[in-house]
Amino acid sequence: MFALVANQKVVIDWPCFWVVLGGSFLPRGVYTVLLFKMQFMLLFSRQGKLRLQKWYVPLSDKEKKKITRELVQTVLARKPKMCSFLEWRDLKIVYKRYASLYFCCAIEDQDNELITLEIIHRYVELLDKYFGSVCELDIIFNFEKAYFILDEFLLGGEAQETSKKNVLKAIEQADLLQEDAKEAETPRSVLEEIGLT
Amino acid sequence: MPAPIRLRELIRTIRTARTQAEEREMIQKECAAIRSSFREEDNTYRCRNVAKLLYMHMLGYPAHFGQLECLKLIASQKFTDKRIGYLGAMLLLDERQDVHLLMTNCIKNDLNHSTQYVQGLALCTLGCMGSSEMCRDLAGEVEKLLKTSNSYLRKKAALCAVHVIRKVPELMEMFLPATKNLLSEKNHGVLHTSVVLLTEMCERSPDMLAHFRKLVPQLVRILKNLIMSGYSPEHDVSGISDPFLQVRILRLLRILGKGDDDSSEAMNDILAQVATNTETSKNVGNAILYETVLTIMDIKSESGLRVLAINILGRFLLNNDKNIRYVALTSLLKTVQTDHNAVQRHRSTIVDCLKDLDVSIKRRAMELSFALVNGNNIRGMMKELLYFLDSCDPEFKADCASGVFLAAEKYAPSKRWHIDTIMRVLTTAGSYVRDDSVPNLIQLITNSVEMHAYTVQRLYKALLDDISQQPLVQVASWCIGEYGDLLVSGQCEEEEPIQVTEDEVLDVLEGLLVSNLSTPVTRGYALTAIMKLSTRFTSVNRIKKVVSIYGSSIDVELQQRAVEYNALFKKYDHMRPALLERMPIMEKTASNGPTEIVQTNGEAEPSVVEAKHPPPVTQPTNQANDLLDLLGGNDVVPVIQTTVPTKPASAGGELLDLLGDLSLSGIPPMTAYNKNGLKIDFTFERANPNPNIAVITIHASNSTEADMTDFVFQAAVPKTFQLQLLSPSSNVVPTLNQGTVTQVIRVLNPQKQQLRMRIKLTYTHKGSAVQDLAEVNNFPPQSWQ
Repeated sequence: MFALVANQKVVIDWPCFWVVLGGSFLPRGVYTVLLFKMQFMLLFSRQGKLRLQKWYVPLSDKEKKKITRELVQTVLARKPKMCSFLEWRDLKIVYKRYASLYFCCAIEDQDNELITLEIIHRYVELLDKYFGSVCELDIIFNFEKAYFILDEFLLGGEAQETSKKNVLKAIEQADLLQEDAKEAETPRSVLEEIGLT
Repeated sequence: MPAPIRLRELIRTIRTARTQAEEREMIQKECAAIRSSFREEDNTYRCRNVAKLLYMHMLGYPAHFGQLECLKLIASQKFTDKRIGYLGAMLLLDERQDVHLLMTNCIKNDLNHSTQYVQGLALCTLGCMGSSEMCRDLAGEVEKLLKTSNSYLRKKAALCAVHVIRKVPELMEMFLPATKNLLSEKNHGVLHTSVVLLTEMCERSPDMLAHFRKLVPQLVRILKNLIMSGYSPEHDVSGISDPFLQVRILRLLRILGKGDDDSSEAMNDILAQVATNTETSKNVGNAILYETVLTIMDIKSESGLRVLAINILGRFLLNNDKNIRYVALTSLLKTVQTDHNAVQRHRSTIVDCLKDLDVSIKRRAMELSFALVNGNNIRGMMKELLYFLDSCDPEFKADCASGVFLAAEKYAPSKRWHIDTIMRVLTTAGSYVRDDSVPNLIQLITNSVEMHAYTVQRLYKALLDDISQQPLVQVASWCIGEYGDLLVSGQCEEEEPIQVTEDEVLDVLEGLLVSNLSTPVTRGYALTAIMKLSTRFTSVNRIKKVVSIYGSSIDVELQQRAVEYNALFKKYDHMRPALLERMPIMEKTASNGPTEIVQTNGEAEPSVVEAKHPPPVTQPTNQANDLLDLLGGNDVVPVIQTTVPTKPASAGGELLDLLGDLSLSGIPPMTAYNKNGLKIDFTFERANPNPNIAVITIHASNSTEADMTDFVFQAAVPKTFQLQLLSPSSNVVPTLNQGTVTQVIRVLNPQKQQLRMRIKLTYTHKGSAVQDLAEVNNFPPQSWQ
């Protein structure tokens, strides 16, 4: 603002040149918010149809829908030559396309984007091993299995098991448990189904 | 009642729908069937129905009526039911709804289930979406499982504990005992999740951090084993053993080593080893290197290691993979302040990234380039940045233009270069520059007295080419109005003077007035410029005619101006020459920073830099520059500078003054600045009769063997103060303390606040320009009380 002082003084601001930098290596206070966390993972097709959504933060259905819609639009608008990372709101989005499916993770500021790409890749490998050359249709028709596999690999947004073999073994065992339970029931339900109860 | 259709059957059916309406109809029908099935409390098909509901939920349809059913499934004894039930809970329930609390008891039971996969389901659900209440209730169970020997459960319990701590930080203490031997585990899953848990605890509590520092050697050992061990098929990713674990360990080391010398030293070797031995051909290796670099930069690493880290980033910049380049630029941006010189070495690579195709990379490269600009590389960098400005997307142009202006003001090697650069920006990105750049540029031009002829000529030529870019047009009209006489008389020294007549100039200005491309603001500039030329040109009649035409303009602003100018011609013609005189050197009038600065003497080149966000100005900026507005009651007073130093520098005697003023006011003198041989002392006295004014005399002395010439002292004070700087005794500080330069500062401190001052010193010493900023906080209390 102008300051009218007696004679010849006018006010100028002090120079401030530095471009705002995002974070720095200077020591942070110890009580800063923890910023390593995957907030959510979305899988969607090239037409923008959601195939899987895993949320690790509490949000209302409405908010989830809004985020999904906007993010899907943003990612689908990216050209193939662009890098796999983008800044969106105050999150970092790591995405990769495998055939007709986009795998999209939202991580927080201090997280390592490159290792997130590896996490996505590991999940795809798990799906591939489980379904045998996985394709989008497998995930559509067996979405609950895709969730089960994800839940054996990640927990709360972090990897719980770094060995592919162990994840698949656990899924296998759990599936067997399911089968055993079903077998125990089968006689009854077959009779019911042919109407001979 | 027929059995509800199977899940896959439903999916197949829905996918056959050809329109949204058809799909919606199918969904509604099925939902109705499911609802009646739920009403019948059918245990057999509940699982199938909920699964179908989850599918429909994913398509975007409401599924809240299935929430209670999920709870019933969780409570069931069948594993299949539980599996789907927990999945449904994670998808349909959230902590805002109280109904989720009904899960707590089921989860508690399942955490103690005999089958580990059921326990696993419970841990997973709790760790993914447990609310604070649930976490409080179940933390004990989680803690128990953290101590189990079953590694399948232990790893899940660790991550569940992380979630509990995030939700209820006070519970962190109770997990401490269980962490005792987490790192002695052989199982990688447990190791990985344990490291995550330890990281969480260390980040949240300085006590925990101190407590866990002793784990550094163990972590280093584990990391070393991972690197040195042979091929392990179970954990191998492209030849690297368990990269996920490596990255987490590196991250924990970062947190433990930060600010602690001993820990940093203990991890020095392993960091160097990882940095040099990791395979970089695939993304996974680079992910580890990236984490290593982040760690090196954050801990107290020795300088060799830091240089290694920056060089890794430099190599990243050359990587074909754009993801790697992006990550490198981001990291360099973070480190450019602390390791400026090291980053400078990679400047040319960074500048090359400006040509990258990816938007995010370009943006980062631009920010980094501006951060790297300094007095030595300004010419080269500016060439690249201007080229970038030419070819970049519109979303960048505004920021790039601002950056160029800032850099140019800070480091311009010469006035002509500065003006050329600004002209280049205006002509190439003229519509994207910020509004405040127009007055800034005008001020810059005014103050570059010797460049007036050159400037006005270049601007005139630019106008002839293009009148669509408003900032350019505004600046050009203003200059033509001011310096039209120089233009017409062909006085340019810097380049070949052009031949232009008064009529041609007036044609151009009138053209601006009538053009559809000109905004009202621009028209205002043009009209005022034409008016000013009435004292500089001979064809006054033409000008009178133009002005009178606009007296009836629809634009109120133009009309008012024209009417006033008309009045000037008619009734106040005797005042006209004085009013339309050449503008004196003026000072910038923005104050959005916390301090306000006062310029010293007029010969100093104003080294002000525009801040990013211009302050709200009460009047349109062109009026500020227009002397005529004195009539309108503008509150800007044009600054008349004291240009000549009043006292000659006296040798020797000044030294005594340091002691002389000592006890005149009872306020002790102080040394405000002492660096590189330049010492500045302040002595104080109270001004009578106003006790709120402190009079400070600065004494600048030079203990080096060369004179400090062109010495300029500037000061800034916080907003509540007012400052007045009188002329300095001289602008040469003689060598070897042979004399001092004195200058008087008067500070008005009506609120009796603690006096703080920032000072800026510029001088030439041994042929090079020196500039320094300093904060003066050690004022004796008597000076401001």
